Amino acid sequence: MVIESVIGKALPLVLDDIDTDRIIPARFLKEITFENMGQYAFIDERQDSSGKKNNHPFNKEDYNNAKILLVGKNFGCGSSREHAPQALKRYGIQAIIGESFAEIFAGNCKAIGLPVVYANKDDIKVLETHIIKHPETIVTLNLVSNRVRYFEESFLISMPTPQRESFLKGTWNVLELLKKQSVDVDNLNNSLPY
Amino acid sequence: MAERTLYNKVWNKHKVTTLPTGQDQLFIGLHLIHEVTTPQAFASLHERKATVRYPERTFATLDHIIPTQNQFSRPFHDKQAELMSKTLEHNVNEHGITFFDSHSGNQGIVHVIGPELGLTKPGMTIACGDSHTSTHGAFRALGFGIGTSEVALVLETQTLALTPLKVRKIEVTGSLQKGVSAKDVILKIINVCGVKGGIGYAYEFSGSVFEAMSMEERMTVCNMSIEGGARIGYVNPDQTTFDYLVGRKYAPKEEDFANLKKYWKSIVSDSDAIYDNIITINGDEIEPMVTWGITPGQSIGITESLPDSDQYENEEKTLLESALQHMKFQPKSAILDKEIDVVFVGSCTNSRLSDLQAAADILKGNQVSSKVKMIVVPGSQRIKKEAEKEGLDKIFIAAGADWREPGCSMCLAMNPDRLEADQLCASTSNRNFIGRQGSASGRTLLMSPQMAAIAAIHGKVKDIREFI
Repeated sequence: MVIESVIGKALPLVLDDIDTDRIIPARFLKEITFENMGQYAFIDERQDSSGKKNNHPFNKEDYNNAKILLVGKNFGCGSSREHAPQALKRYGIQAIIGESFAEIFAGNCKAIGLPVVYANKDDIKVLETHIIKHPETIVTLNLVSNRVRYFEESFLISMPTPQRESFLKGTWNVLELLKKQSVDVDNLNNSLPY
Repeated sequence: MAERTLYNKVWNKHKVTTLPTGQDQLFIGLHLIHEVTTPQAFASLHERKATVRYPERTFATLDHIIPTQNQFSRPFHDKQAELMSKTLEHNVNEHGITFFDSHSGNQGIVHVIGPELGLTKPGMTIACGDSHTSTHGAFRALGFGIGTSEVALVLETQTLALTPLKVRKIEVTGSLQKGVSAKDVILKIINVCGVKGGIGYAYEFSGSVFEAMSMEERMTVCNMSIEGGARIGYVNPDQTTFDYLVGRKYAPKEEDFANLKKYWKSIVSDSDAIYDNIITINGDEIEPMVTWGITPGQSIGITESLPDSDQYENEEKTLLESALQHMKFQPKSAILDKEIDVVFVGSCTNSRLSDLQAAADILKGNQVSSKVKMIVVPGSQRIKKEAEKEGLDKIFIAAGADWREPGCSMCLAMNPDRLEADQLCASTSNRNFIGRQGSASGRTLLMSPQMAAIAAIHGKVKDIREFI
């Protein structure tokens, strides 16, 4: 599936070093399908021990149906659990804008067709401030022009070329690409000294 | 990209092709799997009616959800854990994958048993659906922590699409003080480079401190590379590596060993290798380290005080304040003498025989404080057996600690071992993230096995150097 743009409301969660245990605690990884993961996104931060919901951005009605998540640096650090991007995607997030991402997390996002794009700190801050004031704002993230537009503002985003190409060409699921080199893979398997 | 480094050489040896996307297709020589990150991967294979490409290159174990009190009693009390285990058992049977189950005598934490059984060897590419796959770098193997979709790719094609990393050389010079361990070295490295510092890098560890380390100590360091943001960490070769491999179950025998050794020697970084970045740390100055916050980089030497959040601005201040708030600690307070509730010795970072020996040495003839609950979880069934042969189990039990069966246990609390409410845990594991040890308000102090043992006796964080 080609992904050229994501258009929708944005949800700000601009903190550094948000790890995948926070996105989805390990005790929710005991299911053998990803089906229910959406309801577990940030679950421990969204409610107290009695299950009462707090004012976490993922609970706020203002951000209902948001498609773009706005984050800080090193988002998704820690555990390699794909359950984390699965939880975000199934919650409704279709793209993430941040200053930087942990590598395994970014790889997992690409593997499930969830673009993560890089923006500079000031642009993220300005967008965050705007969304907090005007949560209804529609944000357009365009991978073709490498731009984010909202209201009367816009800023440049970046993404490593292979990742960007894979979304624009619809080849983010690399299975078919990898399967093509079947003979080479067999040869390499036989040539390895172990 | 760095040239003539081990990272480069192993990468090139395993490169199938450059894909049209610009990424390299890399062959994965060894695939280690466990129950948590594979059920959906096998399900996707089944949907496509696909098979496992080279089942002989894949090995499975049960570690994350397994109870540490009587793992042999089936079905498990936790129905989800039972289903997860059954699913793995079914999948490995269907695809002819070797499975180290509870009755194999080889079951254990995936990153402990790989090396222990001689599956992990130098110059390999290794993938596992677990971020601590970096552990295998201690053997000069490139370990890739991957997600479930990528696990499916490795099962079906034995390859991954990857972009080469830059290489940062981290030299630790001098020698370590008595009481300072490999755990303190890696906590110091993460403290210096930061939890984001390793993004985009593989870490090559070198210098006299690493040369003097045993393989088990090197595994502790490489294991936590990922906590510094570096997906891969590795140590260059020497006789210590070869000696460790001799006689292991899956290690090559005699003539094959000699032949393979030639390959292993050929992939060492050249003396004139080019690095993207070099950092030097003086090993003489490293103190026992303890984390005080909610990331593995928020650590201090045992004689230091917590940071003063007022000295920081913007997001740094926000981060410090949220960490202090979660930990219920005052800024500028000492880490020394903080009262703890729980001690956990275990995890893929510190559950090997030498870790258990280090903790037992301190506990011998002493009692765990009456205010503290301590559990000791060996990394594998083999380690458990070895430890019992040496009588370590008796030392732990006599001191009042629980001696358990192997598994990931309270490192991530997917089994019944977990913190309650806001308990403070002195833990030899690798992550102090909020909620990591099973309670949303639980609190974790990462430290070495020696430091955890002395904390258990006193019920407080202590400086191990004063007791040895």
